[in-house]
Amino acid sequence: MANDEVILLDFWPSMFGMRLRIALAEKEVKYESKEEDLRNKSPLLLQMNPVHKKIPVLIHNGKPICESIIAVEYIDEVWKDKAPLLPTDPYERAQARFWADYIDKKFFDSGRKIWTTKGEEQEAAKKDFIECLKVLEGALGEKPFFGGDNLGFVDVALIGFYSWFFAYETYGNFSTEAECPKFVTWAKRCMQRDSVAKSLPDQHKVLEFVQTLRKKYGIE
Amino acid sequence: MGDVKLLGLWYSPFVHRVEWALKIKGVEYEFIEENLQNKSPLLLESNPIHKKIPVFFHNGKPICESMVIVEYIDEAFEGPSILPKDPYDRAIARFWAKFLDDKLQAIGKTFFFKGEEQEKAKGEAYETLKVLDNEVKDKKFFVADKFGFADIAANFVGLWLGVFEEATGIVLVTREKFPNFCAWRDEYINCTQNKEYLPPRDELLAHFQARFQAAAAASK
Repeated sequence: MANDEVILLDFWPSMFGMRLRIALAEKEVKYESKEEDLRNKSPLLLQMNPVHKKIPVLIHNGKPICESIIAVEYIDEVWKDKAPLLPTDPYERAQARFWADYIDKKFFDSGRKIWTTKGEEQEAAKKDFIECLKVLEGALGEKPFFGGDNLGFVDVALIGFYSWFFAYETYGNFSTEAECPKFVTWAKRCMQRDSVAKSLPDQHKVLEFVQTLRKKYGIE
Repeated sequence: MGDVKLLGLWYSPFVHRVEWALKIKGVEYEFIEENLQNKSPLLLESNPIHKKIPVFFHNGKPICESMVIVEYIDEAFEGPSILPKDPYDRAIARFWAKFLDDKLQAIGKTFFFKGEEQEKAKGEAYETLKVLDNEVKDKKFFVADKFGFADIAANFVGLWLGVFEEATGIVLVTREKFPNFCAWRDEYINCTQNKEYLPPRDELLAHFQARFQAAAAASK
């Protein structure tokens, strides 16, 4: 693995990019990070992800892997000697994949609607969001991490969203800690790991970024 | 092998994917028919998050989401491999399976919705078909010249899409617009490998013709 070339096409506030940053850090993989300007996508991005033209893209020895969950699984399979992210038991693996799919299908949308809508739509989005958090709390149970004693696949898939919570709470006018304290305890536990702390942006910077997006979309 | 059950409906492409995987592995299973108009306690208990079929049970433990189930079947049972062995090929197989799965909704909306939503869905469907047309050019299988994971996920566009078109008279796919996709589809439905695993087209057609007619009558 010593002569591997690993490049990550990324965008700093992306909770999907964060997944790969964390996975690569957990596996102690050296890589080059290239920041994309999504208003002016690089030829490399368009070449490496022609179907979706989205980040993150992992490029391993010149070959692209697109879609963050798929890339995390790839990282887990290639650099399998360190920090396994998926469990070994097939049933537990299926549960981990199920929750990653749930996060992508339900959680992302509900969070996004909190800062992109107003009035009744926003209230409904807030309800959905909190409901999702409660469902995820249920899946976590009494374990310190979704992965058990250590950070696992679902933890990596989910924790990036935590950097957006301050923005959600500001625009949605609610407190995640008040609604779902167990979830916040889990998130803070994840943040104690170097791989996570170094991969997530400052929540105030994310809020500023959301402010500029809202102006751009005329949501104010 | 253990106790294997599948909760679903014969005409669902999602359920069919699971049956296909089980047949490839030679796994005997009990098929439990669900009633989506009056969802069973079994469904609501085993899939409380989505309340959808298929739900797969192995030794009493439920697994949800068709492609998560297919991956589980590949890992838990002996027999021919459904996912390739090489990590990069696996990532490509997962990419196309996800693409085929994600885009299914938009394609489905073309047939089940009306008005503006239908037009928007048609646009998205054309975009999807363009991508597929480009991808399957001169290819029989999605990855590494071997039948597998992504080809199972392709059952909807391979068989069900054509059935929906015939049942509704709404045509998305023409040989002029999507010549490569048509060639791929012809092979997909007719090749001896797939024929024994796909449900009878005339039965599917009869079922969906009745369904679309009933929906049309109800909306008058």
